Amino acid sequence: MLQVRNLSKSFPGVRALDNVSLDVAAGSVHALMGENGAGKSTLMRIVSGLDTADTGEVRCSGRIAMIHQELMPFRDLTVAENIFMGQEPTRRFGWLDKPAMHREAQRLLEHLGMTLSPARPMRELSVAQMQTVEIAKALARRAELLIMDEPTSAISEHEVEALFKIIRDLKQCGVAIIYISHKMDEIFRTADTVTVLRDGRHVATQPAAELDEAKLIALMVGRELSHAAGTAATTMVVAASVPDAVLEVRALTKPGKFHNINFALRRGEILGVAGLMGAGRTDLAHAIFGLAPAASGEILINGQPVRIRRPADALARGIALVSEDRKEFGLVPMMSLKHNITLASLRGWLIDHRAENRVADEQIRALSIKSHDRNQSVNTLSGGNQQKVVIAKSLLTAPAILILDEPTRGIDIGAKAEIHAIIGRLARDGKAVLLISSELPELLALSDRLLVMREGILTAELDPRRATQEEILQHAMPVSGE
Amino acid sequence: MNSLKVWLSRFGLVIALVVIGATMAVVHPAFLTWPNLLNVVRQISINGILAVGVTYVLLTGGVDLSLGSLVALTGVVAASFAHPGEYPVFVPVLLGVLAGTACGAVNGLVVTKGRVAPFIVTLGMMTVARGLALVISGGRPVSNLSEEFKWIGNGPVPILILVAVAIVSWVFLANLKLGRHIYAVGGNENAARASGINVERVKLFAYTVCGSLAGLAGVVLASRITTGQPNAGAGYELDAIAAVVIGGTSLSGGVGGVGGTILGALLMGVINNGLDLLNVSPYYQAIVKGIIIVGAVWLDRRKEKS
Repeated sequence: MLQVRNLSKSFPGVRALDNVSLDVAAGSVHALMGENGAGKSTLMRIVSGLDTADTGEVRCSGRIAMIHQELMPFRDLTVAENIFMGQEPTRRFGWLDKPAMHREAQRLLEHLGMTLSPARPMRELSVAQMQTVEIAKALARRAELLIMDEPTSAISEHEVEALFKIIRDLKQCGVAIIYISHKMDEIFRTADTVTVLRDGRHVATQPAAELDEAKLIALMVGRELSHAAGTAATTMVVAASVPDAVLEVRALTKPGKFHNINFALRRGEILGVAGLMGAGRTDLAHAIFGLAPAASGEILINGQPVRIRRPADALARGIALVSEDRKEFGLVPMMSLKHNITLASLRGWLIDHRAENRVADEQIRALSIKSHDRNQSVNTLSGGNQQKVVIAKSLLTAPAILILDEPTRGIDIGAKAEIHAIIGRLARDGKAVLLISSELPELLALSDRLLVMREGILTAELDPRRATQEEILQHAMPVSGE
Repeated sequence: MNSLKVWLSRFGLVIALVVIGATMAVVHPAFLTWPNLLNVVRQISINGILAVGVTYVLLTGGVDLSLGSLVALTGVVAASFAHPGEYPVFVPVLLGVLAGTACGAVNGLVVTKGRVAPFIVTLGMMTVARGLALVISGGRPVSNLSEEFKWIGNGPVPILILVAVAIVSWVFLANLKLGRHIYAVGGNENAARASGINVERVKLFAYTVCGSLAGLAGVVLASRITTGQPNAGAGYELDAIAAVVIGGTSLSGGVGGVGGTILGALLMGVINNGLDLLNVSPYYQAIVKGIIIVGAVWLDRRKEKS
């Protein structure tokens, strides 16, 4: 189906791909794994024709479609119009054949097991629905190779199940799938074959059945990893000895987003917040940080009520946020690494360039941000390193309270472990951490206490030493008939 | 190969300037003479001052279309107070600059508080300022200006003003926190806000500085043509924006700077002067200028891609 031979590609200062070969058979799921910066994205960009290789060749016997991690639908057009974008069925003189479009869209969506009117505007759909529409679009183009980049990073557990069923069906129809993900369990559930890249080189291609998690991690990182677990126990001790609340939230409400939220966060404590997509966790974080203030309720810092109407207020009171959306709220893409790191903590009128360089270098070293120059533009870094830049920026504001919203989403295992270690260290240094995450093992390993949100309300406070993933999900899942 | 590319992209404008200059020097002996070169710089001084001003606004991702009308308005305001024997010369200068500052601040306030698109706001200001200039002057040129006032637009003075404006702005954007914030707002407004930056204040500042510098340019022009002309400055905003864009500042904000703007203005000036020396009709000059504006940005795009 797809044959990639000896592909190489260099960017200024980086060898992104080095003599990589890959074969994908029709009707199979081929997982592509590797740390961020291993070359997966570059390889897929070349395969799908978005970029050209320096040397080597790509041969494919069918059409290729790519489902991007971040979907970019035409929000104001209908589902059917999105599916047929660029290849609309027409009659004479380019007149749109709308009945045919709707009929065909309906058929494709039903084929994918989705009941959705083709006439609905795209903006009304959930992320999972948009993703299915994107797959329908690929099918409408008769794509025989489907590249899925982190397809489950923004959808809930049961939507993942639906996606896996679609993948199984597509396989049976002879569609080949390249599946990129960091989530081990997904790989072992869906993939037939696994290819691992590291530093732009091909490391291994093996049947998924012959691999297990430990082997795969060893292939990806080329070294043994220390686990994040264990940091929780140490922070627990610190937390117990300092009982006073640094941040307290009382009856915080924002209609349509969250309702009557109450909790307290102590010095040196990691308070986890679990919940499904759309449970209101990010809205809560934005309200505390002043990006989108709450309608009613109180925020207290060290027992004093404060008004936070904009991020500047929050930063002035020692609250920092690492947003789940680093492209939107975290980074200024064309700015240098250095300027991004210091952006929130410039003091006085004049910039002291020497001090700025020193501080930036310190952060680059402290968080081991992989870069060749502090002046390189931040969008040339890999996702994990970009995330570290955002964390460095927040830390430089010397916050007492740190809100981390999905700090490890979409980044590789190595960077993830490093970020886990950083979070543990911060709590030990006495910072109060509010940790929002969709990865339950991460929450269980790092949190001292764990809150669960469901549809805008707090439904439980659990002890992560005893709680299980099933228990958390019980509190997080919408209950039918309630 | 790679380092050559980097070098070319960094100094492309300088190279273009040198190549065009060298060509002109060969083709026309009068080009490479002190009087002519000074003339080129003097001719670009007004466009240069405006271009530096609008650089601030473009860097935040905004635009200012009112510059040409502001030049007329502030020139008329200054000229009205510049008759011989009435006020000391600093009065008309100050009032001209202040008039520009006020208009710029209004632009900024409507953009930030009113949340109206900069294109629309400054388009409105363009008409309002022109109208104000006509009202104040009664539709007639304001003449009979003092010798002191006429001195501002003469000899090397406009050049020195441009140099001062450029150096101050360059230092400002590279070394002051507010300068850095201007880049951040243009690069990613949401991230800037989340970094505690008062985005509205930064934008207001940019439009206000732009207005002030338009006021300064208006004063220089009135002095140079020895009248406050209510019809002066038509289309100046486009020349200024063209110089900035040729200089590599992105229209979507966040990238660029004053150095490029000055080079852009110089390039436009040299080409104008060259075509003048070669006796090319102004009609054709307009065509050439248009092609150069688009061509420069097109080359810039290609450079970005590679």
